[in-house]
Amino acid sequence: MIQLLVFLPLITALVAGLGGRIIGATAAKLVTTGGLFVSAALAWVIFIGFWQGGSTPGTVLVLEWMRSGTLAVDWALKVDMLTAVMLVVVTSVSALVHLYSWGYMEEDPSQSRFFAYLSLFTFAMLMLVTADNLVQMFFGWEGVGLASYLLIGFWYHKPSANAAAIKAFVVNRVGDFGFSLGIFATFMVFGTVSLDAINAAVPLVQGSTFSFLGARVDVMTCLCLLLFIGAMGKSAQLGLHTWLPDAMEGPTPVSALIHAATMVTAGVFMVCRLSPMFEASATALAVVTYVGAATALFAASVALVQTDIKRVIAYSTCSQLGYMFFAAGSGAYGAAMFHLFTHAFFKALLFLGAGSVIHAMHHEQDMRFYGGLRKHIPLTFAMMTVGTLALTGFFFTAGYYSKDAILEAAFASGTDAGQFAFFVGALVALMTSFYSWRLVFLTFFGKPRWAGSEHIAHAAHGHDDDHGHQHGHSDDPTAGYHPHESPWTMTLPLVLLAVGALFAGWVFHDGFVGAEGGVAFWNQSIAFDVALMDALHHVPGWVVAAPSVAFFAGLVGAYVAYIARPGLPGAVVAAVPALYRFLCEKWYFDRLYDRIFVQPSKALGRFFWVRGDQKTIDALGPDGAAAMVAGGALAARRLQSGQLYAYALVMLIGLAAVAAWFVPEAFMGLVQ
Amino acid sequence: MGFPILSLMVVLPLIAAMLVLVLPGDEAGKARAARWTALATTLLLFVMGMQLWQDYATDAAGFQFVERLPLFGPWLEWHLGIDGIALMLILLSVFLMPLCILAGWESVQKRVPEYLAAFLVMESLMIGTFAARDMLLFFVFFEAGLIPMFLIIGVWGGARRIYASYKFFLYTLLGSVLMLVGMLWMINDAGSTDIGVLTDHDFSVQAQFWLFLAFFASFAVKIPMWPVHTWLPDAHVEAPTAGSVLLAGVLLKLGGYGFIRFSLPMFPEASAQLIWLMFGLSMVAVVYTSLVALVQADMKKLIAYSSVAHMAFVTAGLFALNEQGIEGSMVMMLSHGLVAAALFLCVGVIYDRLHTREISRYGGLADTMPRYALLLLFFTMASVGLPATSGFVAEFLVLLGLYQTSTWAALVMTTGIILGAAYMLWLYRRVAYGAAAGDDTRAMPDLKAREVVILLPVVAAVLWMGIYPKAFQDPMRPAIAAVVAKFDGVALATLPTDMTILQAAGPQPVPAGQAARHLVQTQAAH
Repeated sequence: MIQLLVFLPLITALVAGLGGRIIGATAAKLVTTGGLFVSAALAWVIFIGFWQGGSTPGTVLVLEWMRSGTLAVDWALKVDMLTAVMLVVVTSVSALVHLYSWGYMEEDPSQSRFFAYLSLFTFAMLMLVTADNLVQMFFGWEGVGLASYLLIGFWYHKPSANAAAIKAFVVNRVGDFGFSLGIFATFMVFGTVSLDAINAAVPLVQGSTFSFLGARVDVMTCLCLLLFIGAMGKSAQLGLHTWLPDAMEGPTPVSALIHAATMVTAGVFMVCRLSPMFEASATALAVVTYVGAATALFAASVALVQTDIKRVIAYSTCSQLGYMFFAAGSGAYGAAMFHLFTHAFFKALLFLGAGSVIHAMHHEQDMRFYGGLRKHIPLTFAMMTVGTLALTGFFFTAGYYSKDAILEAAFASGTDAGQFAFFVGALVALMTSFYSWRLVFLTFFGKPRWAGSEHIAHAAHGHDDDHGHQHGHSDDPTAGYHPHESPWTMTLPLVLLAVGALFAGWVFHDGFVGAEGGVAFWNQSIAFDVALMDALHHVPGWVVAAPSVAFFAGLVGAYVAYIARPGLPGAVVAAVPALYRFLCEKWYFDRLYDRIFVQPSKALGRFFWVRGDQKTIDALGPDGAAAMVAGGALAARRLQSGQLYAYALVMLIGLAAVAAWFVPEAFMGLVQ
Repeated sequence: MGFPILSLMVVLPLIAAMLVLVLPGDEAGKARAARWTALATTLLLFVMGMQLWQDYATDAAGFQFVERLPLFGPWLEWHLGIDGIALMLILLSVFLMPLCILAGWESVQKRVPEYLAAFLVMESLMIGTFAARDMLLFFVFFEAGLIPMFLIIGVWGGARRIYASYKFFLYTLLGSVLMLVGMLWMINDAGSTDIGVLTDHDFSVQAQFWLFLAFFASFAVKIPMWPVHTWLPDAHVEAPTAGSVLLAGVLLKLGGYGFIRFSLPMFPEASAQLIWLMFGLSMVAVVYTSLVALVQADMKKLIAYSSVAHMAFVTAGLFALNEQGIEGSMVMMLSHGLVAAALFLCVGVIYDRLHTREISRYGGLADTMPRYALLLLFFTMASVGLPATSGFVAEFLVLLGLYQTSTWAALVMTTGIILGAAYMLWLYRRVAYGAAAGDDTRAMPDLKAREVVILLPVVAAVLWMGIYPKAFQDPMRPAIAAVVAKFDGVALATLPTDMTILQAAGPQPVPAGQAARHLVQTQAAH
């Protein structure tokens, strides 16, 4: 069953990708979407089997992969509760995104290519979550990177899309650099790359030291931090986050599937999968916590000033991933996975909702050109509101359960990092509520503002041409354009995801983070700290209330700023222009990286090529030798002057030289 | 002695080469007959190579298919035989050869019989080099291989072909002179030209040191290592497509083969002492040439520089002196032989249409040549070492092995995976994505059947080696184990390589890699 689940998307991707021209776009879409729904059904069967306690964890061997010395790597599918959760998330969101894309990509000329990429991505992601060893996980890791690269650059005529695709791949490779080194070091220490064997052997290695780059360091800390660099790259954590906002160049369904619900959570999955390793190093856990908290704060702050609807949600994703990491860093892996699970529903919902808005607005993504859309696309508005409620943690929505669990766990963990993360997390919850409601208010409330939009003008003109320029509409803020609700293929996934966003928390919170239910639920697939989970019930009342306070404060703030007193944001910007620019420039990360990595690399490359290869190596080597021969020939020609006394002189010098060489030797011989 | 299949494989292309040269008929008729003769011969050799693989006893150590004919007394014997390493490299050669012939099927119109004869002679010499069990015989094959390549570049090459071919010749010959001197000294010292005897002979540590350097001079140029790599970009740029394929696919591997056949097993003490030299040059090469590749405007130059970076993985992996490193290096040689060859074939495809290697003259091929774009994407990904392609298996094993010998070397070499992705994706973006540079670019037709037939076998081989490398690794394992065994008890140079793990519990340092296993066993005993 698991083989079918995992390999079906690969097969359908190959059919659609290689045979798309032959079977046609509709057939390609049918095959890929149908395959994904089959996989999703199988995933739910597996998940329910584990949830209800019938199934036992196991590994299915597919093929031997590498054998070298003591290294043994297999293609194998490992299924336990942690995997089952990921299977459900990946296949469900993927199936819905496939369906959604029927509507969203309807007018695109290369649909079979798009669907093939989507299914290929799903296959790689499934290989990642079913990996039974680090190397196969790395296969999935790079595979989703490839699919992400292809999908970000799907519209390859746009230079910005191409640049974003390369950036995503290369920045991820920086993370993979750390991941690779982590695998090498893990193999050196443990003598295996099998996840089960490593996790089981952790207690034997804990506290040991080894040499890394000439310094003696704690083994587990070093391994965990190296592996965590990989997680930071894939999950866009501070420092390696720069690719994620740019990745919004891809079609919106891609953003929902890859850059919100599944691929970017791979880092969180990895930390949870290796939770026994991370548990063995307090230093590594602290680093994870600080990085997560810093990312949450950074991304939320930048989201406050974004005007592109997708970028707001992208930074929000980045920020929420920070939550998951500091949950893991606090030792609450169940809470991290819980937030990953609920986040997949509501963030996919928000992205697909945004896609529905963009679809209605003819690819206009700037919220400054929206306004008042709730009357035009009421269903999308309702679903987006549900998603926002869940994201901002309104009572009894999915986000309410998972975010509360994370904040309480951070507080209850008792470490400095945990305390720090709690306060940052509470602040970020406020910011999240603010920017999320800002998005809703700017998009759906107020008056229509799309008259100035080029995209709309383009669309409206096309419309006008049909009607022969009958009426001028210079004063009309809608420019005569009336957005329409999306087709059912797009709204049905929204409704289904909204159900998840509303109820997933309530249904599953006891399993994921319950002190009683959690042990049986996770069944040792992650390090589950019962004492910590129990402590969640005993945190002070103000800690429990903090997220709710943050929710209302953010909601009221956004209401005041964007509905009650629309002049306020401008006034704030005018008051602190430096801060505003700092946020708009995304804390200057991109410029900094360009200045210290990209430009110097090119300059250095040019320097090595011209100064190194051409002017040093070649000049001294082959060209120099050739020049010397030529020069020597020239000199020799000059010597042939035809003048006898010159020849005689040269001969004399020669004889003297020979004599000088031999005479001392002869002399030495005489002496002896 | 059974059927002399190796001798046959060496002699057959030579006979075919002579046949091709004396074919009757007019110009066009001769060319056509020559092409078919060459193709048939190389295909026959490929079949023989497959037979060789089939009959090769995978688990057996030592040399198989041994043939011995005392040609010139004790000093130069016709002595052939292969182990797994030689087998795999011979297979690589006979696999690429028909593709080379097909690559020039239409584009080469000048002196066709001579052109094909050069390739056939080349094939004979390559097989001979890998199969030779006599050191002088090896030297003859090894050096004679220069001549056809020199001619291929010099006669059928591009505008600056004379400069490129002389540069190629000068560089490689210079190294060989030193190697010949070293060989003569060794023969004198050991009293035999037999590679087996020489491998078992204990050279003094001091002699090993000088001999290592003499051989190094030749192999480092061939492979090529930084800073003696500058002949390669020029040679590639000027060579015709099939010449580049052969150069990248097989000739570079002669250097790696030399290291693993001579330097490592014959001079183990020197090798162990000089790992810093090999690591240092490899580390520089990866960073240096990758950065240079990043700024190239010429497609072939870019791939040539990337070849130097990939070959640095080979040298670093070999001198990691453990199974993973050396096996990884061997897989890297095979993988690079396939992938770089395929990339040069891909360049050839569009060069045949537009007659320029300028990257900026292309663009938008994903629209106009979708099949081509897909295949180029595949080989690009194989080149950056995406898992499930052969490139990943190679890089992974090399770096895994290297990490156990030197973390610094592994760290620096691993940056290659970042830089490699940068320059290859940047190349792909400029060629396949965006808009076409001009109307002539837009008018280029997609792949012809002949071109698909050339590229698809390489795709299959790359995937096979990436998903199930065992098929390729298994025959090489005993041979590599024999090389590694040479280093039992040999002290490595004192790099910052303190690879022991200190346990918290006891003061006893445990050798790396065995820590957990050791502990698991102790626990089980309790």
